[in-house]
Amino acid sequence: MSLSEQEVTQIAYLARLSLSEAELKDNTKDLNAILGLAEQLGAIETDGIEPMAHPLHMTQRLRADVVTEEDQSELFQSIAPKIGNKHYLVPTVIE
Amino acid sequence: MSIYTKTIAQLAQGLKDKEFSSVEITQHYLDRIKKSDLNAFITLTDELAMKQAQTADDKIAAGTSNILTGIPYAHKDIFCTKGVKTSAGSKMLDNFISPYDATVSHQLNQADTVMLGKVNMDEFAMGSSNESSFYGAVKNPWDTKKIPGGSSGGSAAAVAGGLSCFATGTDTGGSIRQPASLCGITGLKPTYGRVSRYGMIAYASSLDQAGPMTKTAQDAAIVLNAMAGFDEKDSTSAEQDVPDYTANLNDSIKGLTIGLPKEFFSEGLDDDVASQVMNAIKEFEAMGAVVKEISLPNSAYAIPTYYIVAPCECSSNLSRLDGVRYGYRCENPKDLEDLYSRSRSEGFGSEVKRRIMIGAYALSAGYYDAYYLKAQKTRHLISEDFKKAFHDVDVIMGPVSPTTAFDLGSVKDPVSMYLADIYTLSANLAGLPAMSIPAGFSNKLPVGLQLIGNYWSESKLLNIAHQFQLQTDWHQQMPQED
Repeated sequence: MSLSEQEVTQIAYLARLSLSEAELKDNTKDLNAILGLAEQLGAIETDGIEPMAHPLHMTQRLRADVVTEEDQSELFQSIAPKIGNKHYLVPTVIE
Repeated sequence: MSIYTKTIAQLAQGLKDKEFSSVEITQHYLDRIKKSDLNAFITLTDELAMKQAQTADDKIAAGTSNILTGIPYAHKDIFCTKGVKTSAGSKMLDNFISPYDATVSHQLNQADTVMLGKVNMDEFAMGSSNESSFYGAVKNPWDTKKIPGGSSGGSAAAVAGGLSCFATGTDTGGSIRQPASLCGITGLKPTYGRVSRYGMIAYASSLDQAGPMTKTAQDAAIVLNAMAGFDEKDSTSAEQDVPDYTANLNDSIKGLTIGLPKEFFSEGLDDDVASQVMNAIKEFEAMGAVVKEISLPNSAYAIPTYYIVAPCECSSNLSRLDGVRYGYRCENPKDLEDLYSRSRSEGFGSEVKRRIMIGAYALSAGYYDAYYLKAQKTRHLISEDFKKAFHDVDVIMGPVSPTTAFDLGSVKDPVSMYLADIYTLSANLAGLPAMSIPAGFSNKLPVGLQLIGNYWSESKLLNIAHQFQLQTDWHQQMPQED
């Protein structure tokens, strides 16, 4: 199986990346090479094997449902690209 | 004996004996960094360092110091440091002044260490040569035409080049061990969950683990004592007691059973690297260890497994970088879609984009089972191989990297670069602790020996490494200076 340039453009869109012509060519080649490597996994019998999501098979800890974060919005927003009235500003979405 | 050649243990003794002050050793390192052309540092925090050194000297005078008080270190630029730029080697975070400290940063501050600066790394820790850094590649102190390894290349070069007494690193697929090996220093990747990941910029969350990069195993034990421990701010942090990692360094290793996986000594391994590794194993035999051949049958699949699992996790983790809340934002976005995609395309380098796209594809509808789920199952098999092996042996040994450091710019295609990670990836996939220790030279370049231990066996690994370093002097070698 091999990815076309059109498919790579779609993957880039899913990842919110835009590729130049040259980048598209290079990435199509590289992504196919990497997926070629991944094809090796097809040789392993994995029927009935549990997928491993955590190296120590631990489950996520739960904590009491109480607020632990203090309000640091001013500090956090001091490094934002654009803010106004304590909001992060982006180009208009709905007129 | 010059200050930069000294270990933490030696500097701590000198500070205690008033042979020198922390201000003096900090100045000594800062002077060396300013004269260096290794490109190891992204940000030099010289003013902060001098202030911390002064505070450390006051504590030493007051008798309230600990072994790390006043010891200068280089901090990998992946750890958030409050008020100091934290770039992760990326243009995306070139303007990011962290508003908070990572737990590791906090722990090292609490230990009264002196932060000399933030060191260079592959962009978002994705790379094995340091060449993917937005700030340019770091040079190997043993030969400045060679790579230092990656992703913690700045950390390794700083310690090997005498620019810092120790450094922090992170290891997702070998990023502590491989640069430690190629630069001839000691590096330890602890068990997954041993060191907090809070404030450590995430690459692949089920694999990432921070650890010390030092001159000796004894120093690694000292630094791990400060870094290890449960942290409620990291949901994958292990609630596991922290022993004193220096306590068992001097235990005898007589009767130790070493497993040599035959898959780690097959084709692709450089002959001279193999013979240096085997010489080190013979040294262990002379010390009373018993060697046994073992098999890790699925280890060849570590590469495809890792290069699916890690990109999937990275594509998810790096989706937070969208030009809205912090980091790089493109000029004049025409709409929100354009803001996202142009900020990300202009902010990320090519290796990061490649891995994000592989992950986005492998997780997308219709492909999840074939790639991600399949890789997670293979990961289980790889981990089971280790479980079986540790029934019969105490420690697994082998090479870290199939070759010594290669020329800067010489490996151009990504798959060839990935293949060189063959010996380091499986410890991350299984979550096991592993080390690299200096074990010889090939063509005047350092060769590392890898030690892989069972879960939570950091004390044992450090003990084994320390005993080796009592018998050998590879770890004391430093590059010639003009």
